[in-house]
Amino acid sequence: MRDETVIDAEGLTRHFKVYRKRAGFWAAVRGLFRREYRLVRAVDGVSFQVRAGEIVGFLGPNGAGKTTTLKMLAGLLYPTAGRATVLGFVPWERHNAFRRQFALVMGQRNQLWWDLPAIESFQLHRELYEIPPGDFQQRLRELTEALQVGKLIHQPVRELSLGERMKMELIGAFLHAPRLVLLDEPTLGLDVVAQAAILDCLRQFNRRYGTTILLTSHYMRDVEELCQRIIVINAGRIVYDGGLQGVVERFGRHKVLRLQFHTAAGTPGPETWNGSIEVLEHRPPLVKLRVERDQVSRLLQGLLAHWQLDDISVEDPPLEEIITDVFTTTAPPTESREPQTVRPAADGGH
Amino acid sequence: MSAPIAPGSSRRRLSRWSKYRAVLVTAISERFVYRTDFFIATLLRFAPIATTILLWQAVFAGSGRSELAGYRFEDVVAYYLFTTLGRAFSSMPGLAMGIAREIREGTIRRFLLQPIDLLGYLLACRVAHKLVYYLIAAVPFVVLFTLCGSYLPGWPTPGRFACGIAALVLAFLLGFYLEASLGMLAFWFLEISGVLYIMMGVNYFFSGHMIPLELLPSAVRAVAWALPFQYLAYFPATVWLQKTSMETVLAGLLVQAAWVAAMICLSRILLRRGLRRYTAFGG
Repeated sequence: MRDETVIDAEGLTRHFKVYRKRAGFWAAVRGLFRREYRLVRAVDGVSFQVRAGEIVGFLGPNGAGKTTTLKMLAGLLYPTAGRATVLGFVPWERHNAFRRQFALVMGQRNQLWWDLPAIESFQLHRELYEIPPGDFQQRLRELTEALQVGKLIHQPVRELSLGERMKMELIGAFLHAPRLVLLDEPTLGLDVVAQAAILDCLRQFNRRYGTTILLTSHYMRDVEELCQRIIVINAGRIVYDGGLQGVVERFGRHKVLRLQFHTAAGTPGPETWNGSIEVLEHRPPLVKLRVERDQVSRLLQGLLAHWQLDDISVEDPPLEEIITDVFTTTAPPTESREPQTVRPAADGGH
Repeated sequence: MSAPIAPGSSRRRLSRWSKYRAVLVTAISERFVYRTDFFIATLLRFAPIATTILLWQAVFAGSGRSELAGYRFEDVVAYYLFTTLGRAFSSMPGLAMGIAREIREGTIRRFLLQPIDLLGYLLACRVAHKLVYYLIAAVPFVVLFTLCGSYLPGWPTPGRFACGIAALVLAFLLGFYLEASLGMLAFWFLEISGVLYIMMGVNYFFSGHMIPLELLPSAVRAVAWALPFQYLAYFPATVWLQKTSMETVLAGLLVQAAWVAAMICLSRILLRRGLRRYTAFGG
């Protein structure tokens, strides 16, 4: 069971033809007769496999192709080229047997009835997914406990906060014990407490039911806490596939130092920092620096010897930043993003 | 996880039915959330009836005739009440716009992800809306029909009564699949409110809701006969008015059923093509 391949994507490719709208009146008139299209290679030959029970983080800057890939795996989008099997099915054929075994959480208002308490949507789920009543009760209890939302399932969804609604979406996604869950930014815009509860719940379900999880996220914390493996995608191509520590070591060459000095007067001036040290913030007595990883300990030793410090923290830069490093060091050949004039198709662009 | 069930087995059919029954029950409880709003809106929809009756009174008085194309004033009132009843079954407020919104906002994707069919789901929801509506509208309808009792024909025979009910149920299905097909145009066009507005006018006129179709000039009447809209209001009304023979009624029911079948096919084709386009372009 653990060795079973749940997702098998090979050369998955998705191109979009985007209508180029130019500014101005004459450009608009010209656009009536001759339309210019730009070819966007949202996903460009992506190949990877995910085994049963894995939690994989799918990372990349905005527009890298993460969501497009998830949509193809969920069967919402046909690929331009390539092939994929998910749980043994071709996702875009959308067999009912396939639909019963997976879930996709993408934004909110996917499955909940806005004006009703979430429990009514869940009971509807029980019928749609043909969940045996005993299993339904047990999983509902497990999920509401893990997410700490016991009473809220009896309150109309529209009265819930963003975080609470997201938790309800997750309960809806996990109730039928899917073998695969695809999550697009499950913690976007949530506070730390809600985020922690959600991560904990995902981990529990992965352990208890062996649910395979593929998630996209911008938050380092999500990925750090959950994923043994990450796939970094940039400009539609996979640029890294492996352990999390590997990406930090390979691409995260810096650390962020947050120094809280004892007094404003006792704070070194901005000119103190030289060489490769970058000042991110200078608000005495607080200073935030970006330092190359191998220089951190030497710098700290020097500081502690000469200055009085109340607090020090050493952090990895935000994942976004590391990803940006990945982005710049693995920049694709520019011609693939170049605009292209394509003859208008009969069915128009998107 | 449930064991795979052979398609077509009785358990599968049973579970499919219980799926849509669950949607129905959920939709009913959703309707009751806004019961006060709904109650007031339902009652207000009865207000135009009084003005329409007064208008016809003025028309007959102005013409100086007691009969127009076979309709006496009493017949017109009765006709109008029965078309109102027909519309109570066939009108689908918000259905096409709702589908268009789901397409535009992308929430339609849940029907691609969950094991449920979009049209079946919407039909169950609409049945729920109608049931709650009849529950509330029953009282004003009874009051109205009692007040206008002297204008109405006597009780129909059981056979005609059954035909009348069948005509109303078919009018409901026709209205549903027609409006659902319109909504699915949103797969191709971003904005369909213009189309819907025009269709609303066409529907109001050719369904016979505005005036009895016999009063139209013959050329326009020929167009009306060729369109499905008359089966939304005019045809059920004529069944209840008892002015046509049973043969005409039965033939009418057959044509009405054929239109329903045609609209089911059309909406299915539009849904399949639309989803194909949707998954090819946006997702």
